[in-house]
Parts: sequence; C-alpha cells; structure tokens
Amino acid sequence: MWEIIISSLPSLIEAMLKYTIPLALISFAFGMIIAIGVALIKFLNPKINGLLSIFWKLLRLVANFYVWIFRSTPLLVQLFIIFFGLPSIGIKLPPFTAAVIGFSLNTGAYGSETIRSALMSVSKDQWDAAYTLGFSTPQTLWRIIMPQAFRIVLPPLSNEFIGLVKDTSLASTITIAEMFQVSQQIAAQNFQPLLMYVEVAALYAFLCTILSVLQHYLENRSSKFIKGDGN
Amino acid sequence: MLKIKDIKKSFGKKEVLKGISTIFPEKKTTVIVGPSGSGKTTLLRSLDLLVKPDFGIIEFDDLKINFSEPFTNKTANALRDKTSMVFQNWNLFPNLTILQNITEAPIYVQKVNKTTANKQAHELLTEVGLDEYADAYPSELSGGQQQRISICRALAVKPEYILLDEPTSALDPEMETQVLEMLERLSDQGQSMIMVTHNMQFAKNAADKILFIENGKADFDGTKDEFFSTSSPRVKEFLHGISLN
Repeated sequence: MWEIIISSLPSLIEAMLKYTIPLALISFAFGMIIAIGVALIKFLNPKINGLLSIFWKLLRLVANFYVWIFRSTPLLVQLFIIFFGLPSIGIKLPPFTAAVIGFSLNTGAYGSETIRSALMSVSKDQWDAAYTLGFSTPQTLWRIIMPQAFRIVLPPLSNEFIGLVKDTSLASTITIAEMFQVSQQIAAQNFQPLLMYVEVAALYAFLCTILSVLQHYLENRSSKFIKGDGN
Repeated sequence: MLKIKDIKKSFGKKEVLKGISTIFPEKKTTVIVGPSGSGKTTLLRSLDLLVKPDFGIIEFDDLKINFSEPFTNKTANALRDKTSMVFQNWNLFPNLTILQNITEAPIYVQKVNKTTANKQAHELLTEVGLDEYADAYPSELSGGQQQRISICRALAVKPEYILLDEPTSALDPEMETQVLEMLERLSDQGQSMIMVTHNMQFAKNAADKILFIENGKADFDGTKDEFFSTSSPRVKEFLHGISLN
C-alpha cells in the first residue's frame, strides 16, 4: 500500500505545484480585485451629478447583474460555458486561461458581497469622525475603514479561498491535468481508486490546513488593536 | 465668527430644525441645551456638515454656504477645516494607536511633517497627562481617557471652533469630572467651543453664551447670567426638571 502511495506522490505533487496552487492563487488574486471593485461600486454613494451620476448607476446595474448571475449558476456550468461554449462564437481560450477566468469571476461575485458586508459593518461613526477631521472619502476608506473591515472580512474570505482550492478540482473537467485529474489517471492504471482518492483528499486537506494556519496568523495580526474592552 | 441664519432640517416628514439663527462668538464657549429630541445634536452636526441642512445659511468670515443653492465640495471642505467635532462616544479609530489617532489628520490631511505632528501630539498628550499611552490602542484606555484623547485629536487639526456633542454623557461621574476640567481649561484659554450638554454645572462654570432649543427652535439665546436668571417659564421649568435652578 505504502509503495503505491509513495510512487504516486511525485506526480500528484507535480500537478499540485503546476496547476492546483497556481490556479487557486491567480484566480483568488484576480477574484479579489474584482470583488473589491464591485463591492465599492455597490457600497459607495458618491455625490456626483449629471452624466457621471448616470454612469455610476449604470456601473451599479452591471455590478448587480454580475453578482446575481454568478451566484445563481453552478461553477461547473460557468466553466463549461467559458471553455466549451465560447468557441462557438469564436472565442477559444486555452484551458488554464478559461479556468482562471471562471474561478476569478465566481470568486469575485461571492467575495464582493463578503467585502461589502464587512464595509457596512464598520460603524458610520467612524466615517463621521474621519470627515470631521477633514479626510476625503478615499482617504477615509483606505486609512480608517478598510483596515477595520479587513479584520472582519478575513474569516469569510479565508473560507472562500479554501473553497476555491478545493474547487480547482473542477478544472479537471476542462482538460487541465491538475491534482485530481492526475489521481484519476493513476487510479485507472493501478486499479486502486480508494487509495488514490484518499491520497489526493489528504493532499487537499494538507493544503487547506496550511491556509487555516495562515488565516489564524493573519487574524491575530489584524486584531492586535483589540486588547481591552475600553471601559 | 461663525453665524447661522434660518437653518432648517427635516428627516422625512419630521422637521427637526425649524429655522434657527444665531452667532457663535469667537474665543467663547457657547452651550446648547434643551430637552432630548429638541434638535441640539442636529444643529451641531449641521455646523460641520455631517448633517446637510435643507435651508438656511452658514457664514464663517468670508466663507458662506447657502443651502438653497448648490455649493462645491471645496467650499464644504473649507468650512469643515474651521471646525472639528468631539463625539458622545468619542469615536476614536480603533485600528490606530493613540499617537496615530492624533497625528493621522495633521499628517495625511494637512500635510504636516511627521516629526512635527508627533511632537505636537506628544505635547497635547502630556498636557492631559496621557503621554504614557501614546503607543497604546484605544481599547486599552478607559472611556474618560478616550474622550480626553478625542479632544486632543480634535485640537490637533487646530480648528477655529471645537464642536462637542454631549462629550460626558457616556461617562461615569469621576471620568466626567476629568473631561469637564479639561474643557474648562480650554475655555479659559480662549478656545472657541460649541457644546451640546445636559451638564448645567459646566454651563454655569464655563459658558459665555447659552442657546436653549426646543422643538427645533431657539427659545432662548443669551448670556449664561441672563439664562440662569431668566423669567421665561419654559427655561425655568427645564432647569427645574434637571434639578439645578
């Protein structure tokens, strides 16, 4: 048994390093950029008039539609549309690019709502205190609100990242030889599906454990300002 | 000199301010009193544009905002530069140290050199006996200490007027005394202040002018001596109600 596990390990780790981790990291990074942008579009109410105001309303409409559509359809279907569907209208994407686009858009939609809720949870009094000191809205967001929101958003966003790491296994369906697909291929050769799938599950669990430890570390760091009860 | 003319504000159908006009003298302490829900806090927040009045005029020397007409963010910011608010629940930034709370606006808004801002902040903290907490976070301090820090934070941007919204109402009597002593010192030093409070002892000790507001209207506007000796039945009733006649 150990022989099978050890002999398959290099191929699985190679797939992890070559596809699973890069796919998760790149998609999460792009997903967060989208999420922050969409969250701010939905959260902020800039005092603008005329054409700019119409443009902002349009942006918000697009943001709402995007979040709705990506939260209302399965990730697997989204990946299939991007990889197998788009070529029929002339958009042919390499598997890795298609997967990054699918995962990023999906993560961005969920992440935007998580970030928006964290921004909303910071007391309005903090905005008032910043405005009375002369801070502009971008300065207030960047220096006062976001650091406080980061602490709140960390656990749910870590959840989403851990979820994404596991969801990368869906990329196997669009021909990417990531860790799960490699385990399927090895199982087809050695006829040890139970062993192979438990082994790959253990590798996913290993990756997610590292992320949980990292989450714990970041939570401690971002909560350093909470020491007493202020009474 | 800060002047307001016919300030009106409604929230939905409820008219909270029904046309208040007054002058807030420079280097003096104006105390705004009145029953709960009379519009005191709304008036104070209007002066810093945290609440935007529906109607009326705010004038500060050459600066004038007429709320019936559109005005630019630049004008609004120019007015805000003249004032700084101290809140009932102090509203310190919990993610910043005490020193950063005080220096953040001078450094990032007023572009004061960091060394100078730190030096000024330490001077303010020393003056209120809290310099040892410069590197602590607000959550490590008591309510009274946090309120004194929030007053330092307001002073650090060198406003012409400090606006205080019931700064002691969330404090126990001992902490209240510490904060009131600090405010009385500031008043003696000639800092222009406008304060909403229920503390009549402070009004007696430090106020130069008292504005009594009821149902969104200024029912009394005069000196503290006139206020405490007024024949107005409503003011008498109010003072009697809070056991200080």
